Amino acid sequence: MAASAMAIRSRLRAATDHLVTALAILATILVIAPLAVIFGYLVYKGASSLNLNFFTKVPAPEGELGGGMANAIVGSGVLLALASLIGVPIGIGSGIYLAEFGRGTKLANAVRFTADVLNGVPSIVMGVTAYALIVAPHVSFLPFLGHFSAFSGGVALGIMMIPTVCRSTEEMLLMVPHAVREAALGLGVPNWRSTLSITVRTASPGIITGCMLAFARVAGETAPLLFTALGNQFWSTSLNEPIAALPLQIYIYANSPYDDQHRLAWAGALVLIVLIVLAVSLVRWVTSRGTLKGSS
Amino acid sequence: MPEIRISQPVPQPEPAPASEPAAAALAPEPSTIRRFLLARGNSAFSDYLFKVLMVLCALSIFVIVLLIGYELVVQSRLTWVQSGIKFFYTAFVDPDTHLPQYWDPVNGHFSALPFIYGTLVSSFLSLLLAVPLAVGVAVFLTEMCPGLLRAPLSFLTELLAAIPSIIYGLWALFVLVPLLRQYVNPLLVKTLGWSGFFDDSNPTGLGYFASGIILAIMILPIISSLTREVMTAVPHSQREAVLALGATRWEMIRTGVLRNARIGIVGAIILGLGRALGETMAVTMVIGNTPEIHRSLLANGSSMAAVIANEFAEATSDLHRSALVEIALALFIVTIIVNAFAQLLVWAVTRGTPSQAR
Repeated sequence: MAASAMAIRSRLRAATDHLVTALAILATILVIAPLAVIFGYLVYKGASSLNLNFFTKVPAPEGELGGGMANAIVGSGVLLALASLIGVPIGIGSGIYLAEFGRGTKLANAVRFTADVLNGVPSIVMGVTAYALIVAPHVSFLPFLGHFSAFSGGVALGIMMIPTVCRSTEEMLLMVPHAVREAALGLGVPNWRSTLSITVRTASPGIITGCMLAFARVAGETAPLLFTALGNQFWSTSLNEPIAALPLQIYIYANSPYDDQHRLAWAGALVLIVLIVLAVSLVRWVTSRGTLKGSS
Repeated sequence: MPEIRISQPVPQPEPAPASEPAAAALAPEPSTIRRFLLARGNSAFSDYLFKVLMVLCALSIFVIVLLIGYELVVQSRLTWVQSGIKFFYTAFVDPDTHLPQYWDPVNGHFSALPFIYGTLVSSFLSLLLAVPLAVGVAVFLTEMCPGLLRAPLSFLTELLAAIPSIIYGLWALFVLVPLLRQYVNPLLVKTLGWSGFFDDSNPTGLGYFASGIILAIMILPIISSLTREVMTAVPHSQREAVLALGATRWEMIRTGVLRNARIGIVGAIILGLGRALGETMAVTMVIGNTPEIHRSLLANGSSMAAVIANEFAEATSDLHRSALVEIALALFIVTIIVNAFAQLLVWAVTRGTPSQAR
């Protein structure tokens, strides 16, 4: 009796094992499925509504057919350039501090923790802050203040880039062996020079990948732009005026009652994804040539 | 059981040899030779300037977080002075109809209650859906998956995290919501309608349930990738010990891996919650945007982020705007607490092991 009870028990255990394996495989399929469905829809709906007008025309007036997103694509470029100008130097600088000067200090731990906190701040809160900082106050002798502008949107996006750039720069610099730094110092190179052109240079593929990740994350952000960049139906590249952005325009089109504009929203979403993927892979391709891989 | 800890390598008197980059990279202190070289240089001023510049960059992160807090507090003063903490839990009751008026910009009655409720309901619903799936994926990828499939599958799950939330919103609005409206919601009403959580008063397909589903898809990658990281950090000796006792693979995973990693997994889940609480665009597009409280999950509602996104640019009065900023402040504080807590939990498990241990 005891032996058969054991046999049943062990069969039960084996069955549980198989069941759990099956469940885990099912979970994986269930997770991959939405990805396939979303991409499928993007390509199917987006590609069928893409045409030359999309890339050359500005949005059509309310209720009219046609129109494109040329101004939104350019506007996104302006916003992202400004954001990178703000986010990348500050992010890399604080990453250098964490890895080169602050290792093990209390201040560095605090900075690291604050960067993680900043990373978790919802993007809509960042939008409210940019509004309160730049859009709301009126100071007559300072530019950009007091009204919706591309500048405020760029600042909001730039701040959101800092934590990601900072943490990935730190991680990459930590992988550079001390011997490399010491070799440079031993040749009489000043510390700042050795940090910039030896240490950072050695880690540059990883740092650039981190920057691109931050860039890709920010490129699709809509919430911080809602009441900073605001969106614009016309051509504008001025930093001092409201500017259109691809994600904002998708949002506006998706909420419109017209079928034609829904198709434009899908096309815009496809272009957004393709631009993000292209930008990331292009930079990775360029930087992976002729640089030391693995960095240690 | 003796605790296995990786002790910090002590500062070495001589420079670490170049053939041991890993040990050198882990050393907390630069070697003595480096200190000598640094002190000897004749570029002390430029070095000092460089260091100050880098410290300023690092300090700017503090400044930014403090500035966010300061601006939110200052801009929400008006509402705070007028209603205080009551803003978050009471509502104005209409004397004629005896119905609560939660959010009435025209007459100046503001209460954050329906938005807090909507945020909590949709976030917890998304956790309910996402956590089993995310842990399942993590278990499959770390313990069961054949080596050939592991890299592409984990790449695909990470790819989910790279899709902008506006695209999730677009997809949810035009694909998910019609699907729910036509097939899923009637089914839920028919089978689970008795519980009171599903009723058919809302024919649009929008609502808490739709936003819960899209949030679940969006927070899946972060939960599963962190869970994987935590599971990878469990030492192999644990798995081997349990297997050697005759356990099946599932028993090994349960007692050897999941039990050891549970604190980190909880951290990953809380981090996912933090992401879900602050998510804006996708929720705004599918939650329905009505400032009401309903028991039914299929009803229209609104969330904290959604109401800010919808009304901030067109706020009708200073009071209206400051009420919205106060909601943003609440969101800011809650996400800081949630994220800090989660970071501590994840850090407690993964410290001492490099992030790509495998």
